[in-house]
Amino acid sequence: MDQFTINLLFVGASFALYIGIAIWARAGSTSEFYAAGRGVHPVTNGMATAADWMSAASFISMAGLIAFTGYDNSTFLMGWTGGYVLLALLLAPYLRKFGKFTVSEFIGDRFYSPTARLVAVICLIIASVTYVIGQMTGVGVAFGRFLEVSSTTGLLIGAVIVFAYAVFGGMKGVTYTQVAQYVVLITAYTIPAVFISLQLTGNPIPGLGLFGDHTASGEPLLQTLDALLRDLGFNEYTTHNGDTFNMVLFTLSLMIGTAGLPHVIMRFFTVPKVADARWSAGWALVFIALLYLTAPAVGAMARLNITDMFWPNGANSEPVSLEQIETDPRYDWMATWQKTGLLGWEDKNGDGRIAYFNDKNPDAVAKAQAAGWGDANELTKFNNDILVLANPEIANLPGWVIGLVAAGGLAAALSTAAGLLLAISSAVSHDLLKGQLTPNMSEKNELLSARIAMAVSIAVATYLGLNPPGFAAQTVALAFGLAAASIFPALMMGIFTKVNNKGAVAGMLAGLITTLVYIFLHKGWLFIPDTNSFTDADPLLGTIKSTSFGAVGAMINFAVAFTVSKMTAPIPREIEELVESVRIPRGAGAAQDH
Amino acid sequence: MTDHTSQSAQAGQKSDAGYWSANVRIILVSLVIWAICSFGFGILLRPMLSGISVGGTDLGFWFAQQGSILVFLALIFFYAWRMNKLDKEYGVEEE
Repeated sequence: MDQFTINLLFVGASFALYIGIAIWARAGSTSEFYAAGRGVHPVTNGMATAADWMSAASFISMAGLIAFTGYDNSTFLMGWTGGYVLLALLLAPYLRKFGKFTVSEFIGDRFYSPTARLVAVICLIIASVTYVIGQMTGVGVAFGRFLEVSSTTGLLIGAVIVFAYAVFGGMKGVTYTQVAQYVVLITAYTIPAVFISLQLTGNPIPGLGLFGDHTASGEPLLQTLDALLRDLGFNEYTTHNGDTFNMVLFTLSLMIGTAGLPHVIMRFFTVPKVADARWSAGWALVFIALLYLTAPAVGAMARLNITDMFWPNGANSEPVSLEQIETDPRYDWMATWQKTGLLGWEDKNGDGRIAYFNDKNPDAVAKAQAAGWGDANELTKFNNDILVLANPEIANLPGWVIGLVAAGGLAAALSTAAGLLLAISSAVSHDLLKGQLTPNMSEKNELLSARIAMAVSIAVATYLGLNPPGFAAQTVALAFGLAAASIFPALMMGIFTKVNNKGAVAGMLAGLITTLVYIFLHKGWLFIPDTNSFTDADPLLGTIKSTSFGAVGAMINFAVAFTVSKMTAPIPREIEELVESVRIPRGAGAAQDH
Repeated sequence: MTDHTSQSAQAGQKSDAGYWSANVRIILVSLVIWAICSFGFGILLRPMLSGISVGGTDLGFWFAQQGSILVFLALIFFYAWRMNKLDKEYGVEEE
């Protein structure tokens, strides 16, 4: 059986499972559609939250970003887990006590203002759609590889599948499907990592192997990697090379954004009790940590394997020959990935060898010239997003592992895309239409408009996914910035302070608009290429990249909200009572619809 | 203003306020640990910890890539356990 058939088999079988569950659990009433009737156990909820949370960015993209940058991209690891602490301590229990279905309902009620609710809905839609773009990028890479088509065709096929399956199940379908998806994705991520860790370090636990000894050299793995990269003119893997201020700010943006993403917060509305909301956040992080403790090992080990592949006899010997790439079956992965357009190489000096080194480093160029390997890096393209998917092939693992990783990558992208589409559709139908424009809408029409909203947002995301503003994880980081600047501060002030309606609206608008403008200035207006005035290599404000601006946006939000609130009328008596009641777990009944 | 209902309402409010300030104290301590382990040990204080070596690199690298995640986990479970206990101390737990 060839690899293509194995991949189809694994992907097909996993899809059949998810669709089966979605049909079995088809949502009937609106309450089931949004919040699964609130009967979800904390462990189950934690697992589903983990699947919802770990998207194409975590599964497909993150290890690649760490692999090719090293220590400086630890930001993704700390940022995407640290946010759960904020969520568990500052938001989850209180929002569960409040007992409504959506984030914007809380903001609308707490700030006793339809305008606040409307602004929250807009913030939520902008952040979620940006996030879906990142998922679509990942879906395109995964489908492109496994159907052996270009990543554009892969993206279009993926969009149809994501839509079909998000539309038919509500949250209940999604909750149980996401448990299945979690199992598929964590198995798919862990198995190749265990194999590779055994090959390189003899330790079956990748997270420990990372800090273990490299079997072949007898030296610690990270030292071997540092030395190899140094010889080729790259930055050492473990050293800090970037800007410290931007690193702190970026980590903070990802943390605050994590706690402000509507599709994750919504999860905590679905547990039975306030105490369960506290545990749920912990369980979610347990299941997330299983992947996140492995990811840095995957990154470092893949970087070592790839570099070894191009320098089979070490960095001070000769580079791999074109003949070997074309004939040796260990290099077959290069030809298959070349078809997606995400991997490229070129024998620029015609010596029949592909020399991979850092041609921006004058010392490395001088060394390569002296040795006769030319003056340019001949591995012309290696898209970060292919690393995890190509990893089992690079390590020469059996065909079924490669098929499993295909299924896992798609599970990650699909589960998050579906959760986000649900958050978007509930924002449009429940908050915007039913809550504001047509309060008398029937339940049937509400469900219908939810599905139309899903279709529209997936079309927009697919269109923008064809021209993504960055790698999957970087696009996703922008969505986090937007959530950090708009939603999180409003929720936190709603619980911990007595900020009033005008303060909240002004704060959210100030945070959202400054962040959005800062991102568009660097990534192009509405992400349309070549309409940007600055780049992240040379940002407008010192070293603050557009991906890190969310933390600044959040501070602007807080500052504006406090100032405006001080200058306007204090909150009415009944809202003060609402704040008091949200703070105390006692009396948290079942959630109510309006 | 000395009737029975208003007195018990006052007592209730007093303990609710005490509950809330105890909660805020626990949150603050937890967040200080949260920040020291991630932004501190993982990034800003890494040069100071460079003398402590861990598996071919230094302690700061370990905190940035794995240690902080383990601390986050411990913090969330500690908070859930502590708060569920606090709920009972102040009698504000759910029925």
